[in-house]
Amino acid sequence: MTVHMATTAAFLKIEEQHVLSALQQAGAKLENVNGETALDFSSVSRIDARALQALEEFARIAHEKGIKVVIRGASVDIYKVLKLVKLERSFSFVS
Amino acid sequence: MSAIETAPETLKIPLTAESLSPERIAYLEGLVSRARTAAAVFTQFTQEDVDRIVRPMVLAGLEQAQNLARLAVEETRLGVMEDKVIKNMVASEFVYDYVKDKRTVGIIREIPERNLAEIAEPIGVLFSLTPITNPTSTVLFKCIVAIKTRNAVIFSAHPKAWRCCSEAVKIMYETAVKHGAPEGIFSCLESPTLLDNTYLMKHKDIGLIDATGGPGVVKAAYSSGKPALGVGPGNTPVYLEKSADVNTAVVDIIISKTFDNGTICASEQTVVIDDEIYDATLDKFAELGAHICNEEETKLLERTVIDPQTGFMQPMAVGQKATDIARFIGLAAKPNTKLLIAPIRGVGREHPLSVEKLFPVLAVYRAKSVADALKVCIDVNHAGGLGHTAVIFSRNDEVIRKFGEVINAGRIIVNSPGAIGALGAVYNDLVPTFSFGCGTGGGNSTTDNVNIYHYLNIKRLARRTQNHMWFRVPNQIYFNMNAVENLGQFPSRCTIIVTNPAMEQIGHVGIVRRHVCPKTHIHVLVIPDAEPEVKVVRQGVEALNFYKADQIIALGGGSVIDAAKIMKLQYESPDADLEELAAPFLDLRKRVVEYPTEKANRARLIAIATTSGTGSEVTPFAVLTDKERGRKVTLADYSLSPDVAIVDPQFVMSMPKGLTADTGIDCLTHALEAGVSNYASPYTDSSAIQAIQLAFKYLPAAYQNPQDEEARCMMHNAACIAAMAFSNASVGVNHALAHAFGARFRVAHGRANALMLPHVIAYNAAVPTKFMPSPYTQGYVAHRKYASFADLLGLGGDTVEQKVQNLLAAIEKLLDQLEFPRSIAELGISKEEFEKAIPDLVKAAFDDPSWRSNPRMPLMTELVELLWKAYHGRGAGKAAEQARQGGAV
Repeated sequence: MTVHMATTAAFLKIEEQHVLSALQQAGAKLENVNGETALDFSSVSRIDARALQALEEFARIAHEKGIKVVIRGASVDIYKVLKLVKLERSFSFVS
Repeated sequence: MSAIETAPETLKIPLTAESLSPERIAYLEGLVSRARTAAAVFTQFTQEDVDRIVRPMVLAGLEQAQNLARLAVEETRLGVMEDKVIKNMVASEFVYDYVKDKRTVGIIREIPERNLAEIAEPIGVLFSLTPITNPTSTVLFKCIVAIKTRNAVIFSAHPKAWRCCSEAVKIMYETAVKHGAPEGIFSCLESPTLLDNTYLMKHKDIGLIDATGGPGVVKAAYSSGKPALGVGPGNTPVYLEKSADVNTAVVDIIISKTFDNGTICASEQTVVIDDEIYDATLDKFAELGAHICNEEETKLLERTVIDPQTGFMQPMAVGQKATDIARFIGLAAKPNTKLLIAPIRGVGREHPLSVEKLFPVLAVYRAKSVADALKVCIDVNHAGGLGHTAVIFSRNDEVIRKFGEVINAGRIIVNSPGAIGALGAVYNDLVPTFSFGCGTGGGNSTTDNVNIYHYLNIKRLARRTQNHMWFRVPNQIYFNMNAVENLGQFPSRCTIIVTNPAMEQIGHVGIVRRHVCPKTHIHVLVIPDAEPEVKVVRQGVEALNFYKADQIIALGGGSVIDAAKIMKLQYESPDADLEELAAPFLDLRKRVVEYPTEKANRARLIAIATTSGTGSEVTPFAVLTDKERGRKVTLADYSLSPDVAIVDPQFVMSMPKGLTADTGIDCLTHALEAGVSNYASPYTDSSAIQAIQLAFKYLPAAYQNPQDEEARCMMHNAACIAAMAFSNASVGVNHALAHAFGARFRVAHGRANALMLPHVIAYNAAVPTKFMPSPYTQGYVAHRKYASFADLLGLGGDTVEQKVQNLLAAIEKLLDQLEFPRSIAELGISKEEFEKAIPDLVKAAFDDPSWRSNPRMPLMTELVELLWKAYHGRGAGKAAEQARQGGAV
């Protein structure tokens, strides 16, 4: 049996102070990504409404392009926020 | 909350939103989406974050109090500007004073003594309807409470108060966001319609509807299928009782009824005045600026301010000054008139002014007596005011208490103004609010003054509680040969020896007599050697009373000692109802029936056991047979335990072999069941283990050589020690089955136990079909405990399963040594007869409280299987095999 490893075509670390801009930049770079992209939220302790909007937009574009988005290191609090706005279903989560 | 909302047409709020345009739906969805996001973001905020936002909001509310009050009066044309300023300030400052130090984020309360903690969970998005009567104050209040609890709110203002409300929302929103609140946390519906309200009330993302308004709004909220706080109209009765301070009462009523021109729904509506002070009260009202209407004027008011069709107040009068109302309807009143007072003779449709009137018109009623006054107040309360507010002025605590009992109101205000009193924190210590819960009487879910805790889901973190346990046994136990000599140390004026005929015949009574403290009057009560009957107990109590005994010596087996325990109980507590005391219970600490603690007489109970099995000399149990009713009752309470136990083997040296085996295996079963019981503790384990070791070592010797003094002595000790274990850890399924089977087929208790024992051990050692809930145990340990018994007995085995099997084999061997029948079939009971008895046996066993502490919860089908295994017998090997196949836990 052959096991196909998923290839991470893009990996982006999101910094607490620049969540919104980082997500906007990541969204712009999705043009060049194939397969899968990962967002590292391990440095983010809190997310605001604008960042949520940006994340939603990012998820929308990724979905249109057939790109799987993995969120890495999201805190439980942030996971709960995504759950409350029903955005968690757009992502895969790894710790 | 106001008359405007009480208009019947608002009851017709449509429950579907089919006529909303797509654009309007998109607008509403946008509001909800923003609020939902804001609420989600808000969940990340700490208590400090929240409190940093609330304080400036309150300051903004205070700063804008006058501006908002002016806007409200200009727009609604209701109420008094100055009073609305006060309301805005109360909604800000007083509410803040209440909430500022309260925790609303994370753990909000720890209750260490109950191992509980309360954790706040925000609701999310609230849909809030605000009234015309208190528009801006209600908005300020709800915004402050919502931020304090991390919730988002979509407001739907009354259309005639939209501008002032939306301004209040804007002020609160901008201040909140400026200080860190998530964007979109508040919004105010533009041009709200009933269709909008219906749509939002049913929206899946709305967590709670907070509807402050009339019955139509409240009903729509509750009909939406969403959780709702619906706070509706009132009709406040006031009882002015003859002991009241009339001056204070009149001023308070005027303050309240004229405050904001009577728009607060908790304001006074009908004052019921005792006849003795009626005239003086009206004089005082008149003196302080009220106009007392004559009959004609009252009729005029009835026709004009109340809608004759609906029976509700006329909207045009709501929130208007008394002078304006008078002028409008053509009633001649002085220019400075504060209040129009209309005497009425009853309550109901034929007395139109007995309903809610949110304007300065007050009905008064002359009461002939306290009873008459209370009845009229009840009538007013039921005429639209159920659950809301009531007021009493009185110095008579008895009348105040009675009023509180008979009136159904969430707020019963005593000797203070109704409207301001109900708002809380001004005249009393009620929680400050602008939403009055009216309980089920008002169709509401709460009678509280709505505040922060109604905007939270409060979660309870319930940590596992380890209940206190105990180890209770008689505080004096004398054992070994000639322990009976210790009787001499117990002084007694009169002692009754309760015993059976055999004890007298073989001279045991004589031995006891010789050792009783000198100069004691001794009387012997010989009772049949059978389970004690009601009749026997009655005779014993008569004897105790006749001799005024202060000591009872029970000399015999379990039956005699049980009889003596019950005699003592009835002697000391003649009113004790044995039937009631035998009521079933699950947990001793929570049992419904309590044993009497007050004693009419006192007697020491000394138990001298003459068999080595039941251990009744130290147990808190007694079984009584009621032949007249054809039933047995089991009494269980530590107050039944003997005061002194004497475990002297000289009284068992002559036990016949069969009795030695039966009682000995009963002792072993007690120890094994207590050892694996869910109530087992290190204290009971030590006793159980000791008893198991003693029984395995000495029971065969005591059986085979009855004159083996050491074996007799050790088995006598083993029985007592095993009883100490099961007195505190109880027994299990083995006893439940043995009780049922023994009673049905008249088989000795020990023998019945022996027939069940290997099968029950194999059963308990296997993976339970159903675990027994028990806060006392940690995991399933029965199989491991059996294995530890095997280790202590030196039975060998490498695994838990092997050790359990070796224990079973050792038990089989012991039963063989004691020459027990090894199956029920061997007793001569036919298969057909047994099969016929099975349903009754299972029912009786399941009703038996013994199994409640069993480590494995028995299913009825399993009880059937166990009974059949016992019928066929020789099941140890087979059972052990099954235990292995089932796998240990």
